[in-house]
Amino acid sequence: MNAIVLAVIGLVAVFSGYRFYSKFVAEKIYRLDPDFQTPAHTMRDDIDYVPTNRVVLWGHHFTAVAGAAPIIGPSIAVVWGWLPAFLWVVIGTMFFAGVHDFGAIWASVRNKALSVGSLTGEVVSHRARNLFMIVVFFLLLMVNAVFAVAISDAFIATPASVIPAWSAIVVAVAIGILLYRMGVGIMWPTIVGTIILYAVIALGEIVPVELPASIGGLGPAAQWIVILFAYAAVASMLPVWLLLQPRDYINGIQLFVGLGILYGAVLIASPDVVAPALNPNRPPATPPIMPLLFVTIACGAISGFHGLVSSGTTSKQLNKETDARFVGYLGSLGEGALAIVAIIAATAGFSTLADWEAFYVVRPDNPDFTFANLGGVTAFVQGGARIAADGLGLPLGFAATLLTVMAVLFAGTTMDAGVRLQRYIVQEWGTIYRIPALTNGYTATGVAVGACLVLAFGAGGADGSGGMVIWPLFGTTNQLLAGLTLLVISVMLVKLRRPSRYTLTPMVFVTTMALLSALYQLQALYAAGNYLLVAIDVVIIITAIFVMLEAVSALMRERRAAAAEAH
Amino acid sequence: MKSRLERARELLGEFYAAPYRGAVARARRDEDDLFMLFVFAEMMGVPNPAAYYTLELQPLLIERFHEWHTRMGLEHSPLDHFRCC
Repeated sequence: MNAIVLAVIGLVAVFSGYRFYSKFVAEKIYRLDPDFQTPAHTMRDDIDYVPTNRVVLWGHHFTAVAGAAPIIGPSIAVVWGWLPAFLWVVIGTMFFAGVHDFGAIWASVRNKALSVGSLTGEVVSHRARNLFMIVVFFLLLMVNAVFAVAISDAFIATPASVIPAWSAIVVAVAIGILLYRMGVGIMWPTIVGTIILYAVIALGEIVPVELPASIGGLGPAAQWIVILFAYAAVASMLPVWLLLQPRDYINGIQLFVGLGILYGAVLIASPDVVAPALNPNRPPATPPIMPLLFVTIACGAISGFHGLVSSGTTSKQLNKETDARFVGYLGSLGEGALAIVAIIAATAGFSTLADWEAFYVVRPDNPDFTFANLGGVTAFVQGGARIAADGLGLPLGFAATLLTVMAVLFAGTTMDAGVRLQRYIVQEWGTIYRIPALTNGYTATGVAVGACLVLAFGAGGADGSGGMVIWPLFGTTNQLLAGLTLLVISVMLVKLRRPSRYTLTPMVFVTTMALLSALYQLQALYAAGNYLLVAIDVVIIITAIFVMLEAVSALMRERRAAAAEAH
Repeated sequence: MKSRLERARELLGEFYAAPYRGAVARARRDEDDLFMLFVFAEMMGVPNPAAYYTLELQPLLIERFHEWHTRMGLEHSPLDHFRCC
């Protein structure tokens, strides 16, 4: 099949989801009211609560939710063939992610812009809220660990990306200083910064950076992980205006430029999908498609992390309640578009089926190759670079570096924010449980980074294989969080005496798949002797089950109340 | 053309500022709180070698004093001779 056909089918499907299904949900289920006074107006403080133009809000909602995950997940999932991955991304975006993200904004806006965690406390119970926060903590822990391993793998696979990726930090700091300290307008730093960002890619080609084979017994992968967490610790302590804000901003620009480059290249190069629709030849240790497909692709189909963004910042800035559809549903659609192009890169970016199989099935240069070594970023870069080279005439090496830098920057920014958020959680625990040492910023950062390092190394990240060990568990946690958010929305709908099947059906599916995946991984991790991840998996399963029971109990209570009212 | 560029600049500025407006405002407020402590330290019995200079600033910051001490967890003014509430 031609990749353009795949892209068109995918994009038309998700856009028709926006055009028709989201309209139905907005009118019949969430019943958006254009006259409803959103918290951005009723609680306006011009700091957190500010009515914001819906296009701008969509832009930063989309860039906040889309990162490296919708690239990595689909690029890995095509190991089962392109068809299941494609269908899950398209159907997931239309009927799962859109309703989830849109619903999380709506639920939050209707409850004084409370976060999903706080909403769980309000709608379900306070015990459920505390358990919910445990799931969030593990999600952040895994995000940081998995992205550190992914970046480390990318730096090793593409040494030319090292200088451009780290240069982005310098560019971001320069933009931050120019804007905040020197009062320069936004336009010129944006234009010059973006040009420098892409110009440095050429420098990376000239000066590739490879770390020594061993330092203190640590191989290159382990060295990169240590460096990345040392950086993340420092970055999380810096003022947000100096690094995090400008870094997020240039990443947002990169996301739009990257999507333009990739779709433009697909359109011009018109490559054929060489991967099989269903792949019968898989590398050793590949888990079963059912249920693992549904957690391998989380972001790009449905992701609980989006609920945190939707109810964390987006809901506080929503100008009109009716904008929730545009911002939430269309935001998830943007991520779906990124996932579709990642699938195309990983399936049509190889010349022949034999080339594809030499990456995905049997690696001639690596007899020990298993599913655990399957690098999602590497697959995306390798395939995407060929399409960009064919379509846009870019040198292959340059295109590979460009895409690696793009993926690394997405993952890096998520790590920056993730470590910072974890530091806040640790500090909060210090306050709640009266442990003064934990309230100290440096100690809390040390604890947060230490936990991530233990996970990254404990999962096998030291030899570069940890990413794929943690990835399914990360996806599972993410999906459980999405299930919990959908459950909270459903309880709200039942309370309002409205149809809840449009949120309950995706909730039941996604939660069932996530729990089945967690159980599958439990036995696989136990068999592999990875007791650290076994322990984390057990905690996640137990916590999720308890929150579900609490929520189902709240749901039944509301249903009984509705039935009694009807009589 | 000029108005379009101006609109693009506005949207870009908003795209830059909106997600971090709260975090930046909180960081700025933390710095201001520390500065308030410097300015009013001597009045609260904490020796301040720069008191001679900060004294001049007190009238300028007096309007923010009430908001500051309540944010610091003191329901009423900590200064006996200066009661704002």
